[in-house]
Amino acid sequence: MLTLHGRLVVPGKVRGEALVSHEPISGWGGIDPARGVIIERRHELYGVCFTGKILVFPSAKGSSGWAGFFQTTRLSGTAPIGMIIGRISAKSALGAVVTRVPAVTDLDADPCAVIATGDWVLIDDSTVEVSKR
Amino acid sequence: MFLTDEEKRMRDGAEGDAVAAAMDLLIRYGYALDAERLCDIRNVAGTMTQPSPVKARLVAEGGWDKAFAVINLDSDLDLTIPPMRVPTCQLQHGFGPDAVDIVPYPKANVELQSDAESFYGRHGVNILATCTPYQVGNLPLRGEHCAWMESSAVIYANSVLGARTNCEGVASTGAASLTGKVPCCGNHREENRRGTHLISVAGPTVESFQDWGMLGYFAGGVAGEDHPVIVGDTARPDLTELKHFGAAAATSGGVELYHIPGITPEAPTLEAAFGSGAAVPSPVVYGPAERRAMYETLNEIGTSADVDFVLLGCPHASVDQIKQAAALLDGKRLSAGTELWIMAPRALKVMADRSGYTAVIERAGGRVLADSCPAMSRAAPAGTRVFATDSAKQAHYLPAILGIEAWFGTLEECVAAAVTGRWNGGLR
Repeated sequence: MLTLHGRLVVPGKVRGEALVSHEPISGWGGIDPARGVIIERRHELYGVCFTGKILVFPSAKGSSGWAGFFQTTRLSGTAPIGMIIGRISAKSALGAVVTRVPAVTDLDADPCAVIATGDWVLIDDSTVEVSKR
Repeated sequence: MFLTDEEKRMRDGAEGDAVAAAMDLLIRYGYALDAERLCDIRNVAGTMTQPSPVKARLVAEGGWDKAFAVINLDSDLDLTIPPMRVPTCQLQHGFGPDAVDIVPYPKANVELQSDAESFYGRHGVNILATCTPYQVGNLPLRGEHCAWMESSAVIYANSVLGARTNCEGVASTGAASLTGKVPCCGNHREENRRGTHLISVAGPTVESFQDWGMLGYFAGGVAGEDHPVIVGDTARPDLTELKHFGAAAATSGGVELYHIPGITPEAPTLEAAFGSGAAVPSPVVYGPAERRAMYETLNEIGTSADVDFVLLGCPHASVDQIKQAAALLDGKRLSAGTELWIMAPRALKVMADRSGYTAVIERAGGRVLADSCPAMSRAAPAGTRVFATDSAKQAHYLPAILGIEAWFGTLEECVAAAVTGRWNGGLR
């Protein structure tokens, strides 16, 4: 098991399966909040559903609708259950806050490199524990 | 996070429950950003009136007060929304009543939005209804702290005007409108505004609207969320070219601030762009190969050359762009199976109407439309399978949003496609 330490973005504790994106994620125009699916055609996770997963991604890109679209996933019941953010920005910080899921950033290793899709992850405030699949 | 006495009073309810909820969101958000304090702002560009299924449900449950509480303040409390505390404008949103017979857009949305305009107008929101507030009178000054959303407007405000805003969202602009506060971090702080990446243009000269868009799309890929500095073989850009450049850089990446030495206000020189005493990084070259790669990426979703729909005006067109389109369409007639829409701020559409440009475009069969765009409203002419645009941003987003194919080219190629119904573009 691997333990990472970072900075708390949204407090809380959650355990679940990781979905790792190596590319930045767009909110508006990048996800369909009604289905919880990535819809950007050029994206490595095109067509993949993040509902109920711990979403691990390097950063947010694109429209300022990012947080609003992730808030809509919460209101639609399609949200991820946690976020591990490589590098935080206004978009992803607000997005994690309004999605209201445990979130962490500034980890002591690149989360997109050391966590793989399907790994079992625990976010406990500023600590992340990874059990490899 | 440090709070002033005034901010603590707001948090504790001295200004009412809605302001307290707004301050609660700003505190959660500031904490998430590791901000040291909040800063005072008096220029908010956000979105409240744009229809959505979730919003319609909330309005049905508890009126616009409920919708604003949940969406714009991220609050579950039963709140009564007070007037905006600081000047606040509505960005682009859905289509209005004048588009009903043109755009296949649900009438229920038009009615919901009209209702929203009347509610928010009473609360002091200026219904600018454009993604380019800087084209219609909202021009923050250099150094002015703002709370703007709309990535193409944020990058313009920071880079071209020298104003200071992060790329805010629906909830943070909502909270800012009731408090006049936003976390003071990121682009608000002088030390975070310096260049990080150097991009050197090595011919052919970037001087056309199309080339500025492709260079922007490249810059976003290189810089990600950082601050590219552009040098080399470029002509002096104008408002429309930097509008396109910035929108593209904020699409392929998350760029919120760039510098062009000698052109943009915070970079009188290359050294100033990176901060005095800082090393200038070695350049990433944008030459003919990179230019072609951008062109091919923006055209990779297109396979069929039968164009149903031509979209101009992303970000919303300037009067000069409308005039150029009118000149190309003068005396022509669109192909029977093809529609052409130009999106514009309503205030500039009025100018185009008065100048006779709209009439020329309509005689050819095209339309000048205000308030919205196909991406915001998820609406294109019925049956559209293939569209063409002169906007790198729309070429990127619309295939994902509407599931259609895209061609990216010049204004002339787009107008030719509308007239012939065929795409015949190519990189020149």
